[in-house]
Amino acid sequence: MRLNVNDEDVEVDVDPDTPLLWVLRDHLNLTGTKYGCGIGACGACTVLMNGHPIRSCSTTAEASKGYNIQTIEGLSENASHPVQQAWIEGDVPQCGYCQSGMIMTAVALLNEKANPTDEEINDAMTNICRCGTYSRIRAAIRKVAQERAAS
Amino acid sequence: MSDFTRRDFLKVTSTAAGGLMVGFPLMSLGVSKPFEANKTTGPEINAWLVIEPDETVLIRVAKAEMGQGVMTSLPMFIADELEADWRKIKVEYADVNRSALRGQLYGSMTTRESSSVSDSRMVMHMAGAEARERLIKAAAETWGVSPDECYADYGRVYQNGSAESLGYGAVAKLASEVSVANVRIKSPEYYSMLGLATPRLDVPAKVDGSAVYGIDVRVPDMVYATVLHNPVLGAGLQSMRFNAIRHMPGVIRALRLGDAVAVVAETFWQARKAADALPVYWKSNEGNKRFDDTIKREFFEEFSGDGEVMMREGNIVRLMDDAERTIESDYYVPYVAQVPLEPLNCTVHVQEERADVWVGHQDPEAVMDVVAQMTGLSPYKVFVHNCFIGGSFGRRSHLDFVIEATRIAMEIGRPVQMIWTREEDMRSGGYRPMSAMRFKAGFDVEKNMTVITNHSVTHSIAYDQDRNASGIDEASVQGLIDHPYDFPAYSFSHTRKNTHLKSWWWRSGGHSINAFAMECFVDELAAAAEQDPMDYRKFLLRDKPDYLRVLDLLERKSQYRKRRASNRTAVGMAMHKSYGTLVGVVTEVTVLADGGMQVDKITAVVDCGNVANPLTAEEQVEGGLLYGLSAALYGKLTVEAGRILEDNLDTYEVLRMDETPEVEIHWELSGGEHWGGLGEPATAVIAPAVCNALHKITGRRIRSLPVRDYYLTIR
Repeated sequence: MRLNVNDEDVEVDVDPDTPLLWVLRDHLNLTGTKYGCGIGACGACTVLMNGHPIRSCSTTAEASKGYNIQTIEGLSENASHPVQQAWIEGDVPQCGYCQSGMIMTAVALLNEKANPTDEEINDAMTNICRCGTYSRIRAAIRKVAQERAAS
Repeated sequence: MSDFTRRDFLKVTSTAAGGLMVGFPLMSLGVSKPFEANKTTGPEINAWLVIEPDETVLIRVAKAEMGQGVMTSLPMFIADELEADWRKIKVEYADVNRSALRGQLYGSMTTRESSSVSDSRMVMHMAGAEARERLIKAAAETWGVSPDECYADYGRVYQNGSAESLGYGAVAKLASEVSVANVRIKSPEYYSMLGLATPRLDVPAKVDGSAVYGIDVRVPDMVYATVLHNPVLGAGLQSMRFNAIRHMPGVIRALRLGDAVAVVAETFWQARKAADALPVYWKSNEGNKRFDDTIKREFFEEFSGDGEVMMREGNIVRLMDDAERTIESDYYVPYVAQVPLEPLNCTVHVQEERADVWVGHQDPEAVMDVVAQMTGLSPYKVFVHNCFIGGSFGRRSHLDFVIEATRIAMEIGRPVQMIWTREEDMRSGGYRPMSAMRFKAGFDVEKNMTVITNHSVTHSIAYDQDRNASGIDEASVQGLIDHPYDFPAYSFSHTRKNTHLKSWWWRSGGHSINAFAMECFVDELAAAAEQDPMDYRKFLLRDKPDYLRVLDLLERKSQYRKRRASNRTAVGMAMHKSYGTLVGVVTEVTVLADGGMQVDKITAVVDCGNVANPLTAEEQVEGGLLYGLSAALYGKLTVEAGRILEDNLDTYEVLRMDETPEVEIHWELSGGEHWGGLGEPATAVIAPAVCNALHKITGRRIRSLPVRDYYLTIR
């Protein structure tokens, strides 16, 4: 099966019903995308499909065909994406396990809405963080929006 | 960056209110695999650090990074004494085998009870100071002068009154060979790093997906396993029919593991699919097929007995009889799960001469010992590669999942990565213990409290581990027997009450259970005494200035006395000391017209004595509060016919961003030689503060958790 991941066409030998998450992690060795719940509830597995955030644990390989899939590894070289930079400056992660999913969700949000309101941030950021980094995530998203508006 | 001087560094960091580290070059020395020893060419100055010719200082960390920031705060102690250039610091984990071989060279490598800083700071100070003195001596020898004429600053050794200087890298080799005596650590006024907000060294690897958690380990020829446990814990396995799945793609084996079945396949998804399809017949244990209502009732029935008295003062019976008025209240908390976001996993490769374990674990030494025991290998031949920990909250100090992975690996003979599904993680947990508690107090005619009694009935973690354990499990009563209040007469007693479920450590241990009941009941005492809860606590703590300072600041910062805009909004308070740290909390809570409730704001004041890294300290307190809040609002496992009903994050709710209140943290540091813990104390104190606020609005006491049982929705 042919997939497009991080702007590369890749050939994977998997059952079509294999969740994209496990194709990324176990076949393509892109382990930055995480398994948390397997039912689309926690968001740790969030990747972008044609720019839209999806839960890769609940999306099959078959359903991913023909789309451009972007993972945390494909977001930038050297963590240079403004959202990653805001995460670094805000010292956001603690255990860090949820943060790939958080970052990908935030990237999609900020692409769609240049300056999201608090409510729009809440609506988009439904991912779970058990360490309690939510307020730092919110601050980092606001910072990216402000810096974009200023430039 | 070439003109980035020490003074600039101090200015930038000391004015930073958390994360304004503009231009701080973090990216170069980030760490993705803390367990992988760096290839070094420079000499080891002592066991804790290596200095490379290019001036990189490699520091070893002997505690596990699970989000609490030890990978940054512990090196700060060494770097401070060393007068190192922080931009040149690189970290890796200390070697467990080396430590074992050399008589615990790195001290205890267990990470627990918020003790990483208090346990290791003196050793860190000494390691840095000893290295600093060696470097000074080596430079002095190079110059042919006395070490007394030299000093170290920002990664270089200088000669007094001279422009002459040598970088640490240039004298490192000689420094590793000289001997120094009478090494002294710095006096606090000369600290250059400690006390400055310092960004975490593990952050860069955690924003680009490169940080390696246990689940991310990839070993050549590795296969995957997943495990099914009898959903009624302890009932055992009857049989399974491997033939039904043996032809499924990728399937390698199915193994019996006592009470469990492991399915091994080429990929995790294949293992999981096969496990779902595997016909498994569990044994039935009628005795364990119980419901939480029944279990709860049995806990409460223990109140008919006296329990084992732990501490008593005064003639309790007479004082109760003489009381003008008595109040009595029962409190209850259910089992709750830790739910680290990374499901439990462990990768093991057992070979003839050695075993390798890749795992995120709070206790790598115990992992080494148990794998040695199981394989018959010498502990020195068991290599534990401790990974980043995707959340633990106590769960990853248990050995259950390590033992299972090792058994599978021993059978399979190839490297095996065992991953518990989230469902297994939830159903087969080591949960925070269930507990019931009865408080009673007597008051005289002037409404002075004259006597208080407490009887706690709690599932014992120690007894789960060892059925021969006798006496009272200290973890069950922590926070009760060491309460700070000046009660005129009292009795505290305890009954151990275990069930078929497995209990284990949960962030802040017994404190979170006991602080809930105690701090809610102190509000009830205040009400009976017709006093404000803040004033009443100050009265009970009138001889404890450290407590009063925290309460005074809390009262001010939270605007405790301010009238809230609506009578549907109120503040409630609680305070609790654990792991050497006192946390006072005021929460502002609103009851909504539609039957819901929301927590609007949390104000906390913390006294942990001293703080190493204010940035991670604040993160820990905020995270600790929210972790406790999540459990206070939602945390509950339902036992139905012996099994846990909530098996994933759709049914076991946890706090999300939209419910996260504003959190404000203030510090009232008493200083001195005291360095209290920060990972857990805030977790213990939030539930009672929320319940006390709700009472002020509704007049109804909430004496059991979670709060969700009382409100239709939580915003």
